[in-house]
Amino acid sequence: MKIYNHLLMTMGAALMLVSCGQQNQNSTGALSSSAAEKVYVAPGEQDEFYAFLSGGYSGNLTVYGLPSGRMFKEIPVFSQFPTSGYGYSEETKPMLNTSHGFVPWDDAHHPDISQTNGELDGRWIFINGNNTPRIARINLSTFETEEIIEVPNSAGNHSSSFITENTEYVVAGTRFSVPIPQRDMPINEYKSNFKGSLSFISVDPEHGHMDLKFQLLMPGFNYDLSHPGRGKSHGWFFFTTYNTEEAHTLQEVNASQNDKDFIAAVNWKKIEEYVNNGGGTKMPANYAHNLYDEGTHTATTTMNKEVLTVDPLKVPGAVYFLPTPKSPHGCDVDPTGQYIIGNGKLSADLTVHSFDKMIAAIEGEKFDGEAYGIPILKFEDVLAGQVKSGGLGPLHTEFDGNGNAYTTFFISSEVVKWKLGTWEVIDRKPTYYSVGHLMIPGGNSRKPFGKYVVAMNKITKDRYLPTGPEMEHSAQIYDISGDKMELIYDFPTHGEPHYAAGIPAEILAPKSQKIYRLDENEHPYAVKTPTDAKVVRDGNEVHIYMSTIRSHFTPDNIEGVKVGDKVYFHITNHEQDFDVPHGFAMIGQNTSELLVMPGQTKTSLWEPKQVGVWPFYCTDFCSALHQEMQGYVRVSPANSDVELKWSLGE
Amino acid sequence: MKKASLLMIIGPLFLLGLYVFPLWNIMLGAPQYPDPLGLNIHISGLQGTNEFDIQNIDGLNHYIGMQTLPKPEDMWEFGTFPIIIGIMVAIGVLIGFLGYLGKVSYKWFIGWFALMSTMGVLGMYDFNQWLVDYGTNLDPNAIMKLTNPDGTPMTYKPPLLGHVKMLNFDVTSMPASGGWLMFLGMTLTLTASFLGWKNTKKQ
Repeated sequence: MKIYNHLLMTMGAALMLVSCGQQNQNSTGALSSSAAEKVYVAPGEQDEFYAFLSGGYSGNLTVYGLPSGRMFKEIPVFSQFPTSGYGYSEETKPMLNTSHGFVPWDDAHHPDISQTNGELDGRWIFINGNNTPRIARINLSTFETEEIIEVPNSAGNHSSSFITENTEYVVAGTRFSVPIPQRDMPINEYKSNFKGSLSFISVDPEHGHMDLKFQLLMPGFNYDLSHPGRGKSHGWFFFTTYNTEEAHTLQEVNASQNDKDFIAAVNWKKIEEYVNNGGGTKMPANYAHNLYDEGTHTATTTMNKEVLTVDPLKVPGAVYFLPTPKSPHGCDVDPTGQYIIGNGKLSADLTVHSFDKMIAAIEGEKFDGEAYGIPILKFEDVLAGQVKSGGLGPLHTEFDGNGNAYTTFFISSEVVKWKLGTWEVIDRKPTYYSVGHLMIPGGNSRKPFGKYVVAMNKITKDRYLPTGPEMEHSAQIYDISGDKMELIYDFPTHGEPHYAAGIPAEILAPKSQKIYRLDENEHPYAVKTPTDAKVVRDGNEVHIYMSTIRSHFTPDNIEGVKVGDKVYFHITNHEQDFDVPHGFAMIGQNTSELLVMPGQTKTSLWEPKQVGVWPFYCTDFCSALHQEMQGYVRVSPANSDVELKWSLGE
Repeated sequence: MKKASLLMIIGPLFLLGLYVFPLWNIMLGAPQYPDPLGLNIHISGLQGTNEFDIQNIDGLNHYIGMQTLPKPEDMWEFGTFPIIIGIMVAIGVLIGFLGYLGKVSYKWFIGWFALMSTMGVLGMYDFNQWLVDYGTNLDPNAIMKLTNPDGTPMTYKPPLLGHVKMLNFDVTSMPASGGWLMFLGMTLTLTASFLGWKNTKKQ
């Protein structure tokens, strides 16, 4: 192992030397800049791009700047987030409801930014929860999660959440096939009994609201990743599959036996037409749809009881299989929509299919058999070319918009740059270590911004100061503006970023919201002026209508609360000034704090168990008098008759 | 005299800008306010440069015991100034017309300018009186009672014109678009007076 490490280090050093040498060759004297200058964003300056990195098992989405690699925010999505009270406050608890009850965590994988005409429009970003299948929509002016829809008949929601080029649909495919509908049956009867669902969730063009329009019930393979067609191939969606063997145990071996699996090409426009004309079968289901209303600052859950399913055999010409070698993982479509890249993860080569050839083969009906009635096209007929890269374990490909593609190789830990059409390898650079996804802002749209590529790695080892057995993952930024890629920065990331999405700052920054308007606050427990602050008892429930402004709570003295009460603090932040949140925390509370943004109302539940006078305080250092921003609640015995009263400054 | 009279007609009309644009502006910038807070002083009342600036200025000032900024109904000036400006514009234009018709001499032009200037100075004096009261008449129970190095209580009168550093704030007070329009209009009437005088001398 030591020798191996030495070898690696020597190789690394050698590569660095090579890269230095190349840099000097390309040098244009004083105009050439060092890596440090390229990533240095001076104090007070701002980054050129936003990068949204999925948090993986953190369940959240993190926001970074490029090229600085600075983290700006963690947006809570699928996980409870005590920092803001997301998933703890009464308003946001419904966001995490599912048909399995309250699920406070998920595994967030693939963010995708909304598009118009195949270009990033920056209205929303979508991300999938892999474990308990869900799709979330995040508003990119508030950077808050607004909607989460559960995906029924799915398991391992992995070939998700990719959007079509006008954000008509956000698409979610299942990685694990399951019995549909779910039922009690022997596991070893998987083959030909389990099904894989591909869900097309429509997105309302104005509000972004999601609705599960239809579910395509496919053979029981594993649908791994997907991407939409664009430009000429708009209207199609492509999914990689593995385990076409339909193994139900030791998939590691049993799902790796076929030389080729498939890329499933789905003509969703055709299926949409079929469904719009009354096609499909309604199936009983049970799935949660959680919607956050910015006016009431409150989320509600609706349980949907039905899903429209489509048997692909009922829609002729809607689905075809493209044979693709070696358990393909990433499924990427170039900016023109012509090339569909299957990254055969157990192979050294990349397989590139041609959309034009696929259409010609379909029209010529040149089939190579079928799988469960779905026509299989001939490999040679759809193949555009193969990239013989010399790397091992290709996973994902992104594009720079200048005719080049960049593919990550997990096993050989590198990014390889190659040319679309000629399939020649132009450059390769090591990553540290075992790279998964990579991201070029807009790199999976019609208009990439090919200046930087971010490689997100699975293994960190010695990249940073050691922090015990568990470490954050590492990411590298490469400058790709020249012929050769140049490693310019290395930074730790939070959780386990899988995919990421980037967008120029000039699209998002100007519309980032500064405050919520108090005069538009429709929360039923909001107080619009401090004089409206009050305390109301309803049985054993006590509702405290409280307002905050620098630097006091109104009211700050409350008496008449009893042991056994359920006390709801409804806190409205009366600030209308940018970046002046107030926090709220009550001693002994069995929940998290609240962080209330200007103009917002949030509610925290406290169930006092002990008699006494108990303080609460503002947790956000809001002002010079922050330390004075506090109050007391007098808790009397359950049978006492202390009068309910509240005050400020008496 | 016709050219002078035309200028005398046009000049006062520039004062109508005061009904739309602010007369004066005070900006308050601080390290934590990279986008400064701003106060636009209109003849009919105070407005924030941005929607919530007044609320935010009041919020900050309560720490040092300053009064909240006055609403239009709190100060007689905001009711009276629009009327005075209206009357002055009407008189100025009338004088211009009469001059055009040869009924009055350039001396009336000078008279209007002198009256307007006097009222302007009185207005500035009144405004400064308010600034003094606003900046020095502090709540005795203020949260922060700060003193100057010599031990006297610190006051917070914003400058009438120019820049002052006040605690963490840079306060800049300048005429605003309505004010500049007024100055331009008054300059035109002064020019009208001058042209009228030159004209008379020629004859």
